[in-house]
Amino acid sequence: MPKTLYDKIWDAHVVHEDADGTCLLYIDRHLVHEVTSPQAFEGLRMAGRKVRAPEKTIAVPDHNVPTTPDRENGIENAESRIQVEALDRNARDFGVNYYPVNDIRQGIVHIVGPEQGWTLPGMTVVCGDSHTATHGAFGALAHGIGTSEVEHVLATQTLIQKKSKNMKVEITGSLRPGVTAKDITLSVIGATGTAGGTGYVIEYCGQAIRELSMEGRMTVCNMAIEGGARAGLIAPDETTFAYVKGRPHAPKGAQWEAALAWWKTLYSDDDAHWDKVVTLRGEDIAPVVTWGTSPEDVLPITATVPDPASFSGGKVEAARRALDYMGLKAGQKLSDIEIDTVFIGSCTNGRIEDLRAAAEILKGHKIKVKRAMVVPGSGLVRAQAEEEGLAQIFIDAGFEWRLAGCSMCLAMNPDQLQPGERCAATSNRNFEGRQGRGGRTHLMSPAMAAAAAITGRLTDVRDLATEPA
Amino acid sequence: MEKFTTLTGVAAPMPLVNIDTDMIIPKQFLKTIKRSGLGKNLFDEMRYDNDGNEIPDFVLNQPAYRNAQILVAGDNFGCGSSREHAPWALLDFGIRCVISTSFADIFYNNCFKNGILPIVLPQDQVDALMDDARKGENARITVDLDSQTVTGADGSVYAFEIDSFKKHCLLNGLDDIGLSLEKVASIDAFEAQAAQSRPWV
Repeated sequence: MPKTLYDKIWDAHVVHEDADGTCLLYIDRHLVHEVTSPQAFEGLRMAGRKVRAPEKTIAVPDHNVPTTPDRENGIENAESRIQVEALDRNARDFGVNYYPVNDIRQGIVHIVGPEQGWTLPGMTVVCGDSHTATHGAFGALAHGIGTSEVEHVLATQTLIQKKSKNMKVEITGSLRPGVTAKDITLSVIGATGTAGGTGYVIEYCGQAIRELSMEGRMTVCNMAIEGGARAGLIAPDETTFAYVKGRPHAPKGAQWEAALAWWKTLYSDDDAHWDKVVTLRGEDIAPVVTWGTSPEDVLPITATVPDPASFSGGKVEAARRALDYMGLKAGQKLSDIEIDTVFIGSCTNGRIEDLRAAAEILKGHKIKVKRAMVVPGSGLVRAQAEEEGLAQIFIDAGFEWRLAGCSMCLAMNPDQLQPGERCAATSNRNFEGRQGRGGRTHLMSPAMAAAAAITGRLTDVRDLATEPA
Repeated sequence: MEKFTTLTGVAAPMPLVNIDTDMIIPKQFLKTIKRSGLGKNLFDEMRYDNDGNEIPDFVLNQPAYRNAQILVAGDNFGCGSSREHAPWALLDFGIRCVISTSFADIFYNNCFKNGILPIVLPQDQVDALMDDARKGENARITVDLDSQTVTGADGSVYAFEIDSFKKHCLLNGLDDIGLSLEKVASIDAFEAQAAQSRPWV
């Protein structure tokens, strides 16, 4: 029977199947951070259980950590400090792989996993974090879980699962200049809605996806969860293999050859069955920004703020509420919206390619916003950006050059918006209060965020490219 | 985990669509290393003003709903972050059942680990129950997990679907780690086989 990529990975990981289709699925990699794990480790202790496969478990603090240069002095907020210390203790007590806060390899868990070669094609990867979908870029079945499931995986290295349905999202043709992976993933959510993927695992395919780097593919899969999908997948190819090869935990020698032989079988068969298919033309995708408080509230930068009455059902009231929260009026040009703050970073867009794209726009310019910060996704991304001269471009433009962490994406650490403060952000969620109570978030690509930084308003990066520096 | 069998109570209406887990429990309350005590911060930014005073208009601040045990909510409830703090906060407040047309996947699963029953019903039935919910104490709703039914205030009965394994665990308050560990021989066998076929993992 022809299979999808999802079917193939699923079948390779079923430990046990009950008559009703409930499966025990084996987990190859379990990523752990400080916010969603303390109760799980405590549960193990109380039940006298061990971590079944500490060698397949990787812990790194990211959500709470300060990103200011003085963080080696410790974390000021007592609760944040206790959580990071709890991870430190749990990682050591249970013997799992661990990158502490002052290790150069520390960073956002979804950036560290691929960077260190923990994430490999064909694997099952879970983490107590919804953006685990990121790892799907490697052709790994990767999704977020709750803390009870974190405890279940720690204790059994399995999850109780029922299979999702198969959804294909094809992006045909090539992207136009100025359009990026972020614009693809936001445009897909705009087309399907935030619940459009509920009950499905999405496989992204088509020429425009094939033409993306691994960084771009991670950006696309990262936001599969924002479309409601359990996971996003991209079939591995030469781009994937080239990225993985030589990473610290990637297979080597004969094992590399054996792995590669299997990885090359990981694609959806031509006649595989799809429960849902969505197709977008790459040429039709424009640089986009969000205007509301849900990632589905997305439009090309050339558009105007929509009229809530143009929606139907519960979305009318939701859009009305969103415009009120965002301080916007229907009919207003998106490119007239003035920005206070720019945030470049997060597991969506905190990788080296993202920093290169932003720096390319910023070179020779000064920011016209009140504040702007770059938070590299890991210590290694930061070091590479410094080596490539990107850090200096950001600093010269007036950006703060920070240490790695989740930072203002969810504002659990001190990096927060003030009420009413409007932010151009490369992160993944524009929910009410997400970046700080009353904060107003517009999601976009790193290039678009950089463009907003130098004009002080939401800006079409394609217009800027023609202006002299 | 506490069992869920039947529940009769006041339902609070929250018709807003896409209620996300950041709304249910904002990030500043995720810094706890415990599961308990989050009820007072459930829907914190909708429920309290900047000075920490209750916002009278918010549904759970209204006298009729201060002890609500059921939520009737708009589409795609629980979207966003995987934080299990969301069901912990609902449970700690006293909510044992959420009824909507759709739920986000991770939130839906998290509910079952905490003795909360999420029920999916078609739009017209959710609308009817939303009308009941708006009547507060005058329109109590009954949920029966065993028979998989919701009974509205006027006696209308709505059947709902639920995964048989999840139902079994919820009805009996079972710890699924214990259940999975009963299959440890299968896990051992899988690992031994995978060590041969995919030794690089």
